[in-house]
Amino acid sequence: MREKHFGLGLFSLLVFIFLLGPLLIISVTSFEPGTVLKFPPEGFSLRWYENIFKTGGFIRTFQISIIVSLLGNLLALILGIPAAYALSRYDFKGKSLLNAIFLSPVLIPGIVLGFTLMKYLIVVYQLPMYLGLLIGHTIIMLPFIIRVIASSLSSFDFAVEEAALSLGAGRVRTFFQVVLPNIRSGILAAVLIAFLESFNNVDISVFMTGPGVSTLPIQMLTYVENYFDPTIAAISVLLMVLTGLLMFFIERIMGGLTYFTKR
Amino acid sequence: MALLTLDQVSVAYDNQTILKDFSLELEKGKLLSLLGPSGCGKTTTLRLIAGFLEAKQGKFLFGGKDYTRVPVNKRNFGFVFQSYALFPHLSVYDNVAFGLRMRKVKDRDVSERVMRMLEVVNLNGFEKRFPQELSGGQRQRVAIARALVIEPDLLLFDEPLSNLDANLRVNMRVEIRRIQQELGITTLYVSHDQEECFSISDQVAIMNKGIVEQLDRPETIFKYPATEFVARFIGFHNFIEFDERSDAGDAISLKVGGRLFTATANPGTVRPGARKGAIRPDDLIVSGDTGQEAANALPGMIKVSTYLGRSYQYVVETELGDFTANQEMETPYFSGQRVNLIFPQDKLVLVE
Ligand SMILES: Nc1ncnc2c1ncn2[C@@H]1O[C@H](COP(=O)(O)OP(=O)(O)O)[C@@H](O)[C@H]1O
Ligand SMILES: [Mg+2]
Repeated sequence: MREKHFGLGLFSLLVFIFLLGPLLIISVTSFEPGTVLKFPPEGFSLRWYENIFKTGGFIRTFQISIIVSLLGNLLALILGIPAAYALSRYDFKGKSLLNAIFLSPVLIPGIVLGFTLMKYLIVVYQLPMYLGLLIGHTIIMLPFIIRVIASSLSSFDFAVEEAALSLGAGRVRTFFQVVLPNIRSGILAAVLIAFLESFNNVDISVFMTGPGVSTLPIQMLTYVENYFDPTIAAISVLLMVLTGLLMFFIERIMGGLTYFTKR
Repeated sequence: MALLTLDQVSVAYDNQTILKDFSLELEKGKLLSLLGPSGCGKTTTLRLIAGFLEAKQGKFLFGGKDYTRVPVNKRNFGFVFQSYALFPHLSVYDNVAFGLRMRKVKDRDVSERVMRMLEVVNLNGFEKRFPQELSGGQRQRVAIARALVIEPDLLLFDEPLSNLDANLRVNMRVEIRRIQQELGITTLYVSHDQEECFSISDQVAIMNKGIVEQLDRPETIFKYPATEFVARFIGFHNFIEFDERSDAGDAISLKVGGRLFTATANPGTVRPGARKGAIRPDDLIVSGDTGQEAANALPGMIKVSTYLGRSYQYVVETELGDFTANQEMETPYFSGQRVNLIFPQDKLVLVE
């Protein structure tokens, strides 16, 4: 029996409005022909979309953001896959400590992490800004990579690996031919989630950017400090589309983010 | 000489010793079962032989060579897992072909051998399916084919039938025995199901807490359990502790509380001094006639009577404690009735 529950329906509607309302408003205002953000807009124009490509900085920082996210992702995978494997397959002394260390970037406020990284990587060790940014992003992606891949590994029967060993495959070959193909979707999800995390990051990046090196979110931040035109709304719309596409893929690959929150 | 020899091996997880000075031998072409309650160390023994575990002490010899430190992937043993452990991302064909490809067998030969093996396990026509698309019994066949196709020197089964339903279990165990004998492959089989082990094995090793209590032909174990543990495990529910024993050739006389019993001599499975008698409920005769005071008889009173379908089960109270007896009869004894328990001489055995 299903009762129609008016109050509950109304409540859900309010939550949706609350969540989606701002997105809707931004989307609509991005088509404003005037020079100031207004709601409702006074017409329809794509000039601010054009402006994204004309104004220096957005495209360049977008490229940097993409490069840093992708490279960082790769580094996080190279570090994270073996770590996830060890954490899910072996019992050893200090395992829970290691677990805590790998997950700590999620627990420590980004500002603190960012500041510390800047202090040491940039100030003390004098690393180039670009490298610092890359390291910072690798660090924030690592917990997501490890978490998602470890959960994918722990649902994969260890006996299957042992079967490969008993059939004559070495450990390395077993990993590449048996383990990896079976956690593909886990890895893909990890990469997408980590990418979003890194691409949208502000609190780490803000310490690792400077003249010539900046990420898109930081560039946007700088822009809104100086201008009030709807360019930011237009960029936001494009980013929402990009994020939406990624989410769509995650959804298709593994039934959504519930995969991530289940355990 | 035995093909496989475990010589005084010890295995421990962390600080807990699971196997201690464990020894076992297996002849070429034979099927040996390890039978015992859950947790007694059967899987541990199997994994040690497979090479997934390392012995802390002792030696594992195979075909006259020391295999103690040979890594798993160099042993050429087939392992059939309880969970089947098929490769989920590979088709039936590729699952079976996996071991051959690791051995760099030519594609043409791979195809020929895989198809032949799928025929042996009655799975022709299933090559293109994936494990998720198979029933439990079919998966098990793939697992067996995959282990067999590499022509292993030894085949290891860890409770391969425990995830199947009862009917299929019986069919599959006949199948496993058929294949094993057809290919003459030396096999070590682990199970906690007595009927399963007894029906397919040349030899059975009954294990308890990491030691082998008895290793013998199934028929011998069934009739002449060596220890009380084995006896209980295979269905002897009645035990008598005798005070005196005297042997005269094959005839053994026993005394307890002034009562006289005779028992059959074990064919060398039990230490000569053993004084504990054991008998199955099915072999104990409940007689209504209480007049006689014969040897191998014990007066008592029916305490509980339950209907088992084919027979009645009685719990009989006697001066030596309670005994359980199963008996087929038209009209059952009633509770409180005085009866005589008869212990047939050839069914009363002595255990340690
Ligand atoms: N990986 C492990 N770590 C610690 N103890 C284990 C491990 N595997 C098995 N054991 C213990 O070893 C004993 C024997 O286990 P096992 O060989 O699996 O028994 P069986 O197969 O006869 O049921 C059990 O007491 C079990 O708890
Ligand atoms: Mg077991």
